[in-house]
Amino acid sequence: MSFRIASSPHHHSQQHTSVLMRTVTLACIPGIAAQCYFFGYAVLLQILLAVVTAWASEALVLKLRAKPVLPRLKDNSALLTAVLLAVAIPSYAPWWIIVGGTAFAIIIVKQLYGGLGNNLFNPAMAAYVMLLISFPQQMTSWLPPQQLQAQPQSIADPVCAVFTNFSCAGYSLTQLKTDADGMTMATPLDTLKTDLAAGRTVPESLQQPVFDSLGGVGWNWVNLAYLLGGLWLLQQKVIQWRIPLALLVGLTIASSLAWLMSPDLNASPLFHLLSGGTMLAAFFIATDPVSASTTPKGRLVYGALIGMLIFIIRRYGGFPDAVAFAVMLANLAVPLIDYYTRPRTYGHRAHPNKGDR
Amino acid sequence: VQSLFQQIKAGQLWDFHGGIHPPARKQQTQQKPIGRMSLPDRLYVPLRQHIGVAGTVLVQPGDRVLKGQPLTYASNAMAVPVHAPTSGSVLAIEAHPSAHPSALPEPCVVIAPDGLEQWRERFPLDLESAQRPELLERIQQAGIAGMGGAGFPTHIKSAATTGVDYLIINAVECEPYITADAVLMQEYATTIVKGIDILCQLLNPTAVLIGIEDDKPDAITAMQAATSQRDSYLVRVVPAKYPSGGEKQLIQLLTSKEVPAGRRPLDIGIVMQNVGTAFAIAQAVLDDIPLISRIVTVVGQTLSQPQNIHALIGTPVGTLLDHCGFAPEINQRVIMGGPMMGFTLPSLQVPLVKTSNCILAPTQAELPVAGAELDCIRCGACAEVCPATLLPQQLLWYSKAKDQDKLKEYNLADCIECGACAYVCPSEIPLVHYYRVAKAEIREQSREELKAEQAKARFEARNERLEREKQQRNARNQALAAQRQQQMAEQQKQREVAAAQARIQASHVESPAETLSREQIIAAREQKKAEARAYQQAKSAAEATNKTAIVNETATSSAGEPATVNETASSNRSDAVAAAIARAKAKKAQQQDGAATETADQAELQPASLASEAEADSAAAADPRAAAVAAAIARAKAKKAQQQDGAAAETDSQAELKPASLATEAEADSAAAVDPRAAAVAAAIARAKAKKAQQQDGATAETDSQAELKPATLATEAEADSAAAVDPRAAAVAAAIARAKAKKAQQQDGATAETDSQAELKPATLAVESNAEIAADPKAAAIAAAIARAKAKKAQQATEPKDPA
Repeated sequence: MSFRIASSPHHHSQQHTSVLMRTVTLACIPGIAAQCYFFGYAVLLQILLAVVTAWASEALVLKLRAKPVLPRLKDNSALLTAVLLAVAIPSYAPWWIIVGGTAFAIIIVKQLYGGLGNNLFNPAMAAYVMLLISFPQQMTSWLPPQQLQAQPQSIADPVCAVFTNFSCAGYSLTQLKTDADGMTMATPLDTLKTDLAAGRTVPESLQQPVFDSLGGVGWNWVNLAYLLGGLWLLQQKVIQWRIPLALLVGLTIASSLAWLMSPDLNASPLFHLLSGGTMLAAFFIATDPVSASTTPKGRLVYGALIGMLIFIIRRYGGFPDAVAFAVMLANLAVPLIDYYTRPRTYGHRAHPNKGDR
Repeated sequence: VQSLFQQIKAGQLWDFHGGIHPPARKQQTQQKPIGRMSLPDRLYVPLRQHIGVAGTVLVQPGDRVLKGQPLTYASNAMAVPVHAPTSGSVLAIEAHPSAHPSALPEPCVVIAPDGLEQWRERFPLDLESAQRPELLERIQQAGIAGMGGAGFPTHIKSAATTGVDYLIINAVECEPYITADAVLMQEYATTIVKGIDILCQLLNPTAVLIGIEDDKPDAITAMQAATSQRDSYLVRVVPAKYPSGGEKQLIQLLTSKEVPAGRRPLDIGIVMQNVGTAFAIAQAVLDDIPLISRIVTVVGQTLSQPQNIHALIGTPVGTLLDHCGFAPEINQRVIMGGPMMGFTLPSLQVPLVKTSNCILAPTQAELPVAGAELDCIRCGACAEVCPATLLPQQLLWYSKAKDQDKLKEYNLADCIECGACAYVCPSEIPLVHYYRVAKAEIREQSREELKAEQAKARFEARNERLEREKQQRNARNQALAAQRQQQMAEQQKQREVAAAQARIQASHVESPAETLSREQIIAAREQKKAEARAYQQAKSAAEATNKTAIVNETATSSAGEPATVNETASSNRSDAVAAAIARAKAKKAQQQDGAATETADQAELQPASLASEAEADSAAAADPRAAAVAAAIARAKAKKAQQQDGAAAETDSQAELKPASLATEAEADSAAAVDPRAAAVAAAIARAKAKKAQQQDGATAETDSQAELKPATLATEAEADSAAAVDPRAAAVAAAIARAKAKKAQQQDGATAETDSQAELKPATLAVESNAEIAADPKAAAIAAAIARAKAKKAQQATEPKDPA
């Protein structure tokens, strides 16, 4: 009889990469649901487009690289990238935005760097930044929450808008963004930025209809929904607490300091926490293991860095939201962070870096 | 602030970094009593079952052995013996698959049990009166080595005399499935405590900490009950977490201390012993039962009766499994040890050894075979669970890159190979396997480096020695040359003084006649001129000798001859011509020498050849024709020898050979034409003998002897040459044969690596001596030659043992 020879350990936790990726994707569901509720189900169409594009691009490149296609598609990493990008871009953005962005994320950012595990940047965020810089108008055309829209949406409207840039009734996106009073509405972060630039104070700006007591209308609930999904991920031990906590704490501290110093010019920490993509970034994007720091201490640094960069870029940068830029900048710093945050090995006294210089 | 001891006493526990919680699966065996099994057909007792060296075998195939009888003898401190697990006969001592991941065969004593279980005589020790060395000796002689897995000889670990604060008894048993220690504590708690008492007697610790995981409630109860009378024995219940049973982890758990990297627990005042070891010590000391059996957990879903078995060391794994109702799957895995750190066995013939605590035969569903390895997604789960606080994914990266510097920087050596990282890795990367390979490569490389260093040191030492010898040779030769020069100068002075005295005498005689006659003045001038010529010639000859960088003793002595010869024959014209030719040749030879690689040794050749030539020339005075022929032959040979020399790599022996041979030749030439017939006969005999000597020599590996062969051959040649004067034809043939032989011998020499130069001196001298005798009495020459040869042979034998090679 022949016996199987194997190297120890012979036991495994049975937590596999594909399961991890799938769980993270599933944890997006509350957030997506909230987005559907406030901004229409166009986001589902975007997700569909993104996933199809991601799989196709991944398969194509794997084929070109002469790698096994199916096992790698099954690791669900492309699926997750596609979903994250799709929920991050405006729901009514034209189809080529998401198709081009996803293809860029998979082919350029991920596969050309060596595939899963080898990319320097978070693929979804790198694609987002590429799109934002290349197509700023399309990438900032968020519709106001349905509750504030003048024209009620029909079932087919998302499809018409995504593929033709006009609603089925023939309204353009700009028309769709106009409220009952004929005012063009932007996202809360955008509105605030515009108002501050126009010389208004924050309390004055917060009088706008896109705001309510918890920040931007709709956006606060979307963020809370992503927070819920994130907490579930923590409970499932799919992600570790360090990066999300450090990110949220970093953002809170930075925004609190500014807010306490000049409340007229700065939004409250709560507003920052519940606006834009904060929660999505904290639990779903910054926690992407491939492009994040790997040491326990390094993850705290990495998370805090993103949190502070989000505030700084939101407050002083040219674009309304800052998550993608902050994450990419932090990605760049990862090798440095990892090198200087190596843990002390058992039985070793001196910190490993001390002897290096 | 409480002291550490107070904190420990108060029951405080600490934590170590990381760790995992794999399903323990201990219930299947923990509640069952310890099983016993009938004697197996064969027992395979490996000679070495511990870290260290095997003992010396004491038994032979065919011997009958009694239960507990030592099979090996511990011949050094790191050795512990093995014992016959039962009575029976030794069938063989042969290689058998070992309890090692490789299962490479290693020597085992194969015993066929006779079923009588007949014990050897036993001598239990009385703990009250037993002395420390006696206890340690008993622990060693009972063959006890750490039973937790590492197998470190227990008597060494127990020999610490001072500075032991804590004795930690490791009863954690954190690996899934294994319950051998748990059931041991359940059934033998009192014996274990007696073993701990003995360890305390040896180590004298402040406190004894007994660490047990909280998933062994029965064992905890049993141990608490057994230690209730002893205040310093503290049973510490640690939360179940893998790998809390690791030595370093348990120390951290119980005392908050860390063992510094590269040090031992004893350095921080801690000694750790496995609970099974404590049991074995009690048995060895109190009952004189050596370590011949142990409790092993035989478990897995392919077994119908998983259980703990008290099994004899040497029982084949297959027998144990069959006893528990083994129903293997296709491609069954049989693991010796636990699922985390155990190793798979390629054969069920592998015997149970002192460190085997578990035999695991799981089904595929129970412990799924690892899937395909995927790319690392840098999730960092491995770093979260690593008990040594390493960064496993960085280590993986550098292991793959074979970057040994970085591996060292990231402390690969501190990896305890617990497997926690690989257990949690979502990409199913066999991390531990990568680390093992990397560690092996590092070990291999450091071994190679050490080897290279040693070889370099050896090479340098050899070069230094050769250089030293060469310089010593040079110094000696120079000293001799200087001595000779001085002698010559003194002689010259004496002659001048004599001449001056003669002149004074002459002037005294002629003093009455005031004026000297013209003839007298001319004569005086002529005499002065002649003296000056003679002096110049002597000087040039001396210069020729001096110019050659290093001059051997023999060579120098023969080099001195031309001067004398020339001096004495200064009136002879042909002599002057010959001397001139000799000088020219010496010059030429010197130039050729300059191009040669080892000039020093070759240089010795020239004076000799010149000497012979000169001698031949002197002989020419007697018989100009024959001498001319002989001289020509000598020249030709000298030339040939030179060329051959130039090609030879290490020619010490060859170079020195020639002076002797050629000198001999010349002398023989001069002695020629006395008794041609007898000479021819003698030459023939000499040739035959030389041949014989050659063959004998050829068989010997030592080159010195080969080198010494030549003098004989060449002596023969010389004799043949002497025959040439009488019978030119026969002589020519004989000479040709002799030359051919000499050539052959030379080639053999050329191939030999190193020859001692001094060894050849003696035979050469002997040969010369014999030839001189030939010159005196041709008839006795043959006898003399024979004596010379005998002497040469004897000299050979004498020099052989001195051979430095």
